[in-house]
Amino acid sequence: MEYFFTEEQQTIKSLARKIAEERVLPVRAELDEREEFPWAIIKDLAEADMFRVFVPEEYEGLGGGCLELCLVVEELSRVCSGVAVTYAASALGSFTVMEYGTEAQKRKYLPDIAAGKKLTAFAISEATAGSDASAIKMTADKVEGGYLLNGTKQFITNGGEAELYTVIALTDRTRGARGASAILVEKGTPGFTFGKKEKKMGIRASATRELIFRNCLVPEENLIGKPGLGFIQAMRLFDRSRPGIGAQAVGIAQGALEAAVDYAQQRVQFGHPIISLPVVQDILAEMAIQVEAARALVYAAARTIDSGARKITEASAMAKVFASDVAMKVTTDAVQVCGGTGYMKDYPVEKMMRDAKITQIYEGANQILRNAIAVELRKRKARTE
Amino acid sequence: MNIVVCLKQVPGTTQVKIDPETNTLIRQGIENIINPFDTYAIEEGVRLKERFGGKVTAVSMGPPQAEAALREAISLGADEGVLLSDPAFAGADTWATSHTLSVAIRRLGQYDLIVCGRQTLDGDTGQVGPQLAEMLALPFVAYVSQIEKIADGAMRVRRMVEDGYEVMESPLPALITVVKEINTPRLPSLRGLARSKSATIPVWGVKELDMNPSLVGLSGSFTRVIRIFSPQRVGRGEIFQGELENQVDCLIGRLKDNGLV
Repeated sequence: MEYFFTEEQQTIKSLARKIAEERVLPVRAELDEREEFPWAIIKDLAEADMFRVFVPEEYEGLGGGCLELCLVVEELSRVCSGVAVTYAASALGSFTVMEYGTEAQKRKYLPDIAAGKKLTAFAISEATAGSDASAIKMTADKVEGGYLLNGTKQFITNGGEAELYTVIALTDRTRGARGASAILVEKGTPGFTFGKKEKKMGIRASATRELIFRNCLVPEENLIGKPGLGFIQAMRLFDRSRPGIGAQAVGIAQGALEAAVDYAQQRVQFGHPIISLPVVQDILAEMAIQVEAARALVYAAARTIDSGARKITEASAMAKVFASDVAMKVTTDAVQVCGGTGYMKDYPVEKMMRDAKITQIYEGANQILRNAIAVELRKRKARTE
Repeated sequence: MNIVVCLKQVPGTTQVKIDPETNTLIRQGIENIINPFDTYAIEEGVRLKERFGGKVTAVSMGPPQAEAALREAISLGADEGVLLSDPAFAGADTWATSHTLSVAIRRLGQYDLIVCGRQTLDGDTGQVGPQLAEMLALPFVAYVSQIEKIADGAMRVRRMVEDGYEVMESPLPALITVVKEINTPRLPSLRGLARSKSATIPVWGVKELDMNPSLVGLSGSFTRVIRIFSPQRVGRGEIFQGELENQVDCLIGRLKDNGLV
């Protein structure tokens, strides 16, 4: 369908596809099998300026918005979602400093992020704070010379591989979520170490680790914005980043759809390719409808955000929830169409099905996001009464 | 360090058609690509620029559509491109091509190194690199697989030979042709693509280069392609059947019959 991209957006999309097909496709099965972090591909992405896409021009980026980022994530995810999330997580880890950071912080970090020399990560989840993100326990006590960090972050994408971490910790433990602040921590800071690398169902090329802070002292200038605003900053960040998860889901679903059509075309049963069977056609057509609808919603949400709209919670949650549910359904159907072959690791759809599941879970479980949408509906109803 | 990279646009297919009149390639209707060997030349030029500074100028002789190849070179890191195009250049053999390139490169001004691919996919002669070096009176090394060192106005390179490699030193400026072992060409970058779209590609013809028309194109060519054909497969293998001893006897008999032993 025609989505009226600018010439620059077309270029970004087609170059991302080229990288995905030429550099990711040949190694995706191996990266998945060996849970290997895709450093060579990160280098390719960096050389192709992909990390510049989401960084403002004044810091050596290309000044793209949510839509441009979504186009890169979708194209990478169409081939390998593990690679896509590694890239997207670096955008996630950069947004808070881009949005609320001081000029000095931006000058210090953003050019290296844009050049792809440094990956970043965003850390809020803890063992006791998942969907209930306000339940974080990690502390950042104000001491002489800065903040003293103590606590453990869990399930952090790019953990251990990233050079720069945006960490949400309590600077005032008496005020709960209102005492949380966003703090930049560089890899290698004394007292900052990593836990074991998690073994995952899907997106296995990406790295997920615990971040462990034991009396880790960071200078006061590493605080992003004002103390006490960390939780709000994080919630706003996720409102902006969720269409990216939607794009990841659309990419997975698109890849699965293409693989299923290819297979149905060449697989002969009862004397004909199975794509000529109405039952198979029905599944494929439904998959195609779902993928395109998800794509349209993701782009619309991304464009809403790029328009500068203030109320974006609903649009971004809708895009993420719908696209991730589509990805799960479409990849499951793709395995069904491909039958026994689809269930085997030699064929890509089983990986896509495993990769799809996380999109329903992270950056707000779909149940939490449906709840957020419902809250907005109630608020609006209350306003009109 | 100023580097000149010579490249050629070639048909991106093995299904080439030949014009029976001129015995040259029919280029219409075929997707064109940068000669694959030349992509290694571009990459090496860009890497040298990244290490030593300076600029990379891509030069190509060809029809007007060859401009696309130069834009692609810019998207891959070249700083500028110059297209040598003129109806009078058509039908050039390797000598006329090298001559035209040499005149254009002299016109570009100071350079330290010229990098060419080892040969083209279509013509396949491998002659333009060495001829160009000769015409420009430059030291020349063919089949370079690694540039080991560039310092003090000289280079040390490895060149591939059949059973290994040779290490050679040469003063600069010089001309090298490169093999695919020398690097892995990068993909284009977004900034490179943006630059390639807005870049101005000057077109130099006989007039701009102030050349003698009798020394370019078909009229400047010493060679004429008389006929192009796919060779017939001649000679057939023969497999001797039966017991091993019988097979050996057959083989010896056949060798004797043919006066080979």
